[in-house]
Amino acid sequence: MKILVCISQVPDTTSKIRFIDDNKHFNTEGIQYIINPYDELALSRAVEIEGADITVINVGKADTEASLRKALAVGAAKAIRVDAEPRDAWFVAHQIAEYVKNNPFDLILCGKESIDYNGAQVPAMIAGLLDFPSVSICRKLDLEDGKALIEQEIEGGKEVLSADLPLVIGAAEGIAEVKIPNMRGIMSARSKPLETIEPIDVPQLSHIESYESPQPREAVTLIEANNLDELIAQLHNKSKVI
Amino acid sequence: MSVLVYTEHREGVFSKTAFEAVSYGKALAEQLNTNLTALSIGNVEESELKKLGQYGADKVLTTSHEKLSDFVNQAYAAVIYEAAKQEDAEYIVLSNSFSGKGLAPRVATKLKAALADGVTELGKIEGGTFSVKKSVFSNKAFATDVLTSPIKVISVVPNSISIKESLTDVDVESFSPELPENAFSVLVKEVIRDTGKVSLPEASIIVSAGRGLKGPENWQMIEDLAEVLGAATACSKPVSDAGWRPHAEHVGQTGIAVSPDLYIAIGISGAIQHLAGVSSSKVIVVINKDPEAPFFKVADYGIVGDAFEIVPKLTEALKAFKS
Repeated sequence: MKILVCISQVPDTTSKIRFIDDNKHFNTEGIQYIINPYDELALSRAVEIEGADITVINVGKADTEASLRKALAVGAAKAIRVDAEPRDAWFVAHQIAEYVKNNPFDLILCGKESIDYNGAQVPAMIAGLLDFPSVSICRKLDLEDGKALIEQEIEGGKEVLSADLPLVIGAAEGIAEVKIPNMRGIMSARSKPLETIEPIDVPQLSHIESYESPQPREAVTLIEANNLDELIAQLHNKSKVI
Repeated sequence: MSVLVYTEHREGVFSKTAFEAVSYGKALAEQLNTNLTALSIGNVEESELKKLGQYGADKVLTTSHEKLSDFVNQAYAAVIYEAAKQEDAEYIVLSNSFSGKGLAPRVATKLKAALADGVTELGKIEGGTFSVKKSVFSNKAFATDVLTSPIKVISVVPNSISIKESLTDVDVESFSPELPENAFSVLVKEVIRDTGKVSLPEASIIVSAGRGLKGPENWQMIEDLAEVLGAATACSKPVSDAGWRPHAEHVGQTGIAVSPDLYIAIGISGAIQHLAGVSSSKVIVVINKDPEAPFFKVADYGIVGDAFEIVPKLTEALKAFKS
């Protein structure tokens, strides 16, 4: 079974998000990058699959290679870096779809979304470009007789799906426990192939003009624990939420 | 030229998010001085379809092919694409629900359209461009996204746009596009709904609890408070990681981001990752015994004290208030 795992790197979840250049760009100073946590879940599920031949792909400049090496240490056999700034989901999805057109896979595993832009666009865009089926919020994935059995989250419940391969999956919590690379994995990752390829041209359809930080909330109104009627009155009369 | 809205329903009944999407589409159509078409896929009675006219739809297209009775994003995207072509749609609006997340990027890909996902406000139309503010970095910031492609897809966050009535005389037309053979390679075998519970992403009130509750056996008081408020229940990451509650209830940067009218956080300290998922709530109430808990810094109302005493009392007080 040939599996492609798509990863991106994102600011650590504890990062303070600030902007520079008149709020035009993200301030990367002091930011620690990690593999997007959902992509890590996708990779962790991939390495559990028996007989999996795993390639990991990332669209990014050379500073993302540490993330690819980590993915190799976790268990991928080969890494591909598309040498470009990951401008937006549209751009990234085209690069990955192009790679898959030239190098067929049975399963394409992504995280359900990245924790920086939260678009959740890339998995379904890759599937759209390749005309493959896709499952966006996958909490359980099993493979049986050349088909995928899936539990997907829906509003107020879940659904059980059966899907043909090739298939694109957006991994969510529950699909696997995160795998931490061991010493042997880290040693072997050094000699595994990491290939750099050139991006294809993709027309730009949108751009981010500027960023802003959220307005700070007003100071908290403290209410005594023995005066809950006051809280209810405030929520009803002032905030009008109950 | 027109605006097309895809309206989700559940077993033939439109949810609030469908009306939110129609209200959003109507506002766009008014700015563009054009018509608003709503598209419904699957079996919905005509009387229900006509409700879309209350929020401004001029026309409703309804497709009830038996193959479309279950939601399959590839097939539904193909239908939306055909409707967009037929209606010469410049804007396609849908809900950023769980199913919308699988649908919007596919529709955008087919139409070579830019996609503004997770939109929480009406944008600005200038000539052929559309600019809109949306949340990024897991609600830690906002970005102004400018869409420059001829066709644009907009996915609207549930519970962020107010429903606006706009009585319109609506025509219901049946729509039967050709369905691509290969669009049905995902088969829905079973749908399991948590009956009697409010769905978390759509909830206007959420009662959420953390490790301060000490164990899963203490969740009954959270359920009771949620029930009297008609609220959904949620939890922090350590709680779902420990298996006290299902992952589907985990709210935060690596769980679900929510934007309810009221978020009540009980025994949650307020780690930055949790705050990211709830910061777009309109009103936040925090109950915590530690007065130094970071959550108080972003709360509108705070009660310092023991949740085990306060929560049952609050439930009783709310019952009295409601009656």
